[in-house]
Parts: sequence; C-alpha cells; structure tokens
Amino acid sequence: MIGIEHYVVVSSILFVLGVLGIFLNRKNVIVILMAIELILLAVNINLVAFSAFLHDLVGQIFAMFVLTVAAGEAAIGLAILVIYFRGRGTIAVDDVNRMKG
Amino acid sequence: MIQAFAFYLFASLVIASGAITILARNPVHSVLWLILAFFNAAGLMVLVGAEFIAMLLVIVYVGAVAVLFLFVVMMLDIDFSEMRAGFIKNAPLGLMIAAVLLAELVLGVGAWNSGALQLGVADGASATPEGLSNTAAIGALLYTRYLFLFEAAGIVLLVAMIGAIVLTHRQREGTRGQNVGRQIARRPEEATVNVKPAVGQGVTL
Repeated sequence: MIGIEHYVVVSSILFVLGVLGIFLNRKNVIVILMAIELILLAVNINLVAFSAFLHDLVGQIFAMFVLTVAAGEAAIGLAILVIYFRGRGTIAVDDVNRMKG
Repeated sequence: MIQAFAFYLFASLVIASGAITILARNPVHSVLWLILAFFNAAGLMVLVGAEFIAMLLVIVYVGAVAVLFLFVVMMLDIDFSEMRAGFIKNAPLGLMIAAVLLAELVLGVGAWNSGALQLGVADGASATPEGLSNTAAIGALLYTRYLFLFEAAGIVLLVAMIGAIVLTHRQREGTRGQNVGRQIARRPEEATVNVKPAVGQGVTL
C-alpha cells in the first residue's frame, strides 16, 4: 500500500534534483528558473500528500498559495531576464555586476 | 494494486523528467520535460484525492508558466552551447551539496519513522466535510477562513503582472502610432474630398 513515506521520498528526490540543477547550470538563468520551479513542485507534492494523509485541507490551500508565488516569480524572473538580454546580448550570469550601486 | 502501479509509474516519470530537465542540452527540451514532470506530479496529486490542486497545476504551470518559459527561450537568441561551459566544472560541488541535502532529508524521514519526531496532528477543523467534493470543500474553506490570504495572493499576482509589464515595456522612437487627440480634433473641412469635375470645368479648391 502506498503511504505517506512514498510521497515524501518522491518529493525529496525532486527537491534535491532542483538544487542540483541550480549548481549544474550556473550560467544559464533559464534552467536555474526551471530548477526553482522543480523545487516548488516538490514542496507542493509534499504539502498535498500530507494534507491528504492527515485529512486536513489546509495543506492544499497552502499549495495553492505556493503556486501563486511560483507563477509571479517566474513572470518577474523572465521579465528581468528579457531586459538583461536586451542590454547585454547575453544571459550569462557568471558576471552579473550591473546592479552595484 | 492498480493504485500502487499508478503511483510508481507517475513517481518514476516525474523523477526521470525532472532529471532530464536539468541535464538537457537544449533549454527548449528542458521546458518540454518540465511540462511532463508537471503532468506526472498532477497525476500523483490525483492519486491522493487532491484533484483541484492537480488541475490547477496543469492549468497554471503547463498552460501559463511553461508556455512563458517556452516563449522566452525561443525569443532570446542565445548560444546555449557556450552556456554549458562550466557544466563539468560545477558538477562535483553540485553533487556534493545534493548528497548532503539528500542525507539530511533521509535523516529527517528516518527520525520521523523511528518515532523521535512527532508530526502535528490535524485537529479536524479543516477536514473534508462528508458528501462534499474536494473542490467544493476547498472553496468552502478558502472563501471563509482564508479569505484575506486569498486576496493577498491576488495582490501578489497583480504586483507581479504590473512589475513584468513595467520592466519589459519600452517606448520606441520612429513608430507611427495612433494619435487619438488628432483624430478627434479633425474636421470635415480639412479632410481630403473626392470630387468629380465635368470635362473642361476644372475644380475649385
């Protein structure tokens, strides 16, 4: 029978994959943003699984708010990426130093 | 039995597509694998009876966020092979941190499994009421106890939308846009007219 442990294991692996993705693709901001989406997805799976197994709906409502923040973060991140590319012609983030005062 | 089979199918697919997302050479492929990961995560959520969040995941992530990623990846003209230059160099550090993180997570789950850690127990105040579907129960809770949080989430989205528009909007020089004021101020007398003069008469302007 599938228990909560199975879901916790899946979401842990997904979370670690997301963190690994951030380190592996240090230059490519687009893939970093996708890795952050993976991390948030792992958190959502965890919230929903606990909510279902504890018979408490608050977890699912919280997952909805996480979804909201993830959507906003993706929109703002990609907008910043687009204007960065417009000014620079590249999106290599190894040497992002435009924001220094 | 069929539930266990479906769980292992969705779980293995979501992990495999997540791994390919971060390893793929081409970011367009990354986005497509990310979409597959979201679909399978939605399947996992359906399995535990959270169909509303599952459908929300498909609509919001696959329908909006992933398409946004796809747009940006295809719009920007980037040499992606150069982007992967540090891939091998960064791999040992990344793998080490990932291993440490995984060990910590395993330790946490192990501590909970052995009973050293007590989870919070649901007080039943927000359990699904009898005879109510998942969506109706979430709605009943969201629009009463969590109304202000719900509206705060709406404000977050509004701010994100305005921010994205303000960031990416630019005024271009030399375009011939519509000038509403001039259009409205225009009178028939100054308009071009079509006349049909008789032969030899000429026209008066």
